Amino acid sequence: MTTSMPAFGTGPPQPTRLRALSAFMHRNVWLRLLGLLAAPMFWLGVAYLGSLAALFVTAFWSTDSFTGDVVRSWTLDNYRQLVETDVYRRIVFRTIGVAVAVTVIDAIIAFPVAFYMAKLASPRVQKLLVVAVLMPLWASYLVKGYAWRVLLSEHGLIDSTFGGTPGFGLVAVIITLSYLWLPYMILPVFAGLLRLPDSVLEASGDLGARPGRTLRSVVIPMVFPAIVAGSIFTFSLSLGDYISVKIVGGTTQLLGNVVYDNIGAASNLPFAAAMATVSAVVMLIYLGAVRRTGALDNL
Amino acid sequence: MTLTGHAKWLLRGAVALALAFIYVPLLIVVINSFNADTTFAWPPDHVTLHWWSAALDNQGARSAVLTSVKVGLAATGVALVLGTLSAFALQRYRFFGRDAVSLLVILPIALPGIVTGIALNNAFLTVLGIELGYVTVVIAHATFCIVVVFNNVLARLRRLGESSEEASMDLGATRWTTFRLITFPSLGSALFAGALLAFALSFDEIIVTTFTAGASLQTLPIWIFSNLFRPNNAPVVNVVGAVLIALSVIPIYLSQKLSGETAGGRL
Repeated sequence: MTTSMPAFGTGPPQPTRLRALSAFMHRNVWLRLLGLLAAPMFWLGVAYLGSLAALFVTAFWSTDSFTGDVVRSWTLDNYRQLVETDVYRRIVFRTIGVAVAVTVIDAIIAFPVAFYMAKLASPRVQKLLVVAVLMPLWASYLVKGYAWRVLLSEHGLIDSTFGGTPGFGLVAVIITLSYLWLPYMILPVFAGLLRLPDSVLEASGDLGARPGRTLRSVVIPMVFPAIVAGSIFTFSLSLGDYISVKIVGGTTQLLGNVVYDNIGAASNLPFAAAMATVSAVVMLIYLGAVRRTGALDNL
Repeated sequence: MTLTGHAKWLLRGAVALALAFIYVPLLIVVINSFNADTTFAWPPDHVTLHWWSAALDNQGARSAVLTSVKVGLAATGVALVLGTLSAFALQRYRFFGRDAVSLLVILPIALPGIVTGIALNNAFLTVLGIELGYVTVVIAHATFCIVVVFNNVLARLRRLGESSEEASMDLGATRWTTFRLITFPSLGSALFAGALLAFALSFDEIIVTTFTAGASLQTLPIWIFSNLFRPNNAPVVNVVGAVLIALSVIPIYLSQKLSGETAGGRL
């Protein structure tokens, strides 16, 4: 390339400044990587992680009870209050309970649907079902929450069909959240089942396993990472939700409500920060626990 | 594994029940947008088109839709750039801290929305002293939209391999030309699927939004939420919901058409 070439046709590209830069970049792997990562890392690594770090620090500050301003001196009072106050402790456990319940319900509903979609449905039906499952994701979250408020209300559809309704409260919150996050569970499990070769199922059958045994010993262990991937969504989305609670929860309080109220009405940012930190820590523990299953690659 | 006819019917039943669970509430929204009675008691007695005309005249709803579209487009744009860059870095290079970077991309969507919301709120107001508004919402939305673009591009890059790029460079093309003529065109539908999901995430987001929008900016979800509990406006919310349900056919059709093999894109 460095020797001169006959000058007919377009010939080889001329050594321009762009080309020199390109060659330079080609030789420098680190420079290329830096070029790719600089912007995302500034955004996520500096700005986003920095914000999270600032939040965790704020949780160790307090507010002046007279002026309501944030006082920047180290204290463990927020966490002490959180652990020692019965109400807050119960709210934390209730929130985790709701997140677990929603995740389990979604997994139970999602698995048969995803299994039917991946293994039994004809290609045409499969395509239709994918669309049918995806579609509610595009309908507004709030409108769906509101639909459940109407459904669960007195004289609503559920009341007039079944002669009773759970009403607004914890049960309504669990139903609504399960409804809202169901597609987030179905899709990863469906993708996981698609990757599971049919021949494995046949082999299990040929070796004498009944469907139940194949399900327990082959299918579930192999799609478990996909189920866990779905659970990351359902668990995290439930942990941080405070809107559904306001729509169908009646007087129920979840972690998100405490954070929201302390930012707005009560104006106690450090305590809100401590409460938010708790949900972040719960989620990080969960992420750490499921990391080894390979679920993060299934997201 | 061969399922007996009995088991197959059981599965079909489960699917039918799940579909009913998914679609009955959506149907209720559509029906109630024509319901004359504002208590929405079941079954409805009278049908009206009043709410539909009220919704069309509703200035607040219209400007909220416009705001949401603007925020969604900007956030999607940022997410497209950052998501694609990080997908290339993680798919094409092996380096120290690679796992940490991939976790970092997932983090904004893996952490509860309220954590991201309050963290950014605190950073904007207390640390940086920026007033909340359009820019802060776009920054917040872009942060959790990066991951969907990243996932779609990463999956595509994994499948593409590098042989055609190598061929291009062996034939004398620069890295930039190779990217422009070879890599970018084959990423097209993955980028589109990612962009579509990113836009949808942004358009529908409320938890992070309430913490980063401030009082002056009203996105559609915030408008809906503030009107949900007003008896006179709640029926209009049903109309908006019905319209959104109807409009959702468009992105689904597009994503199916463009990325059939990925079944509508990854989450």
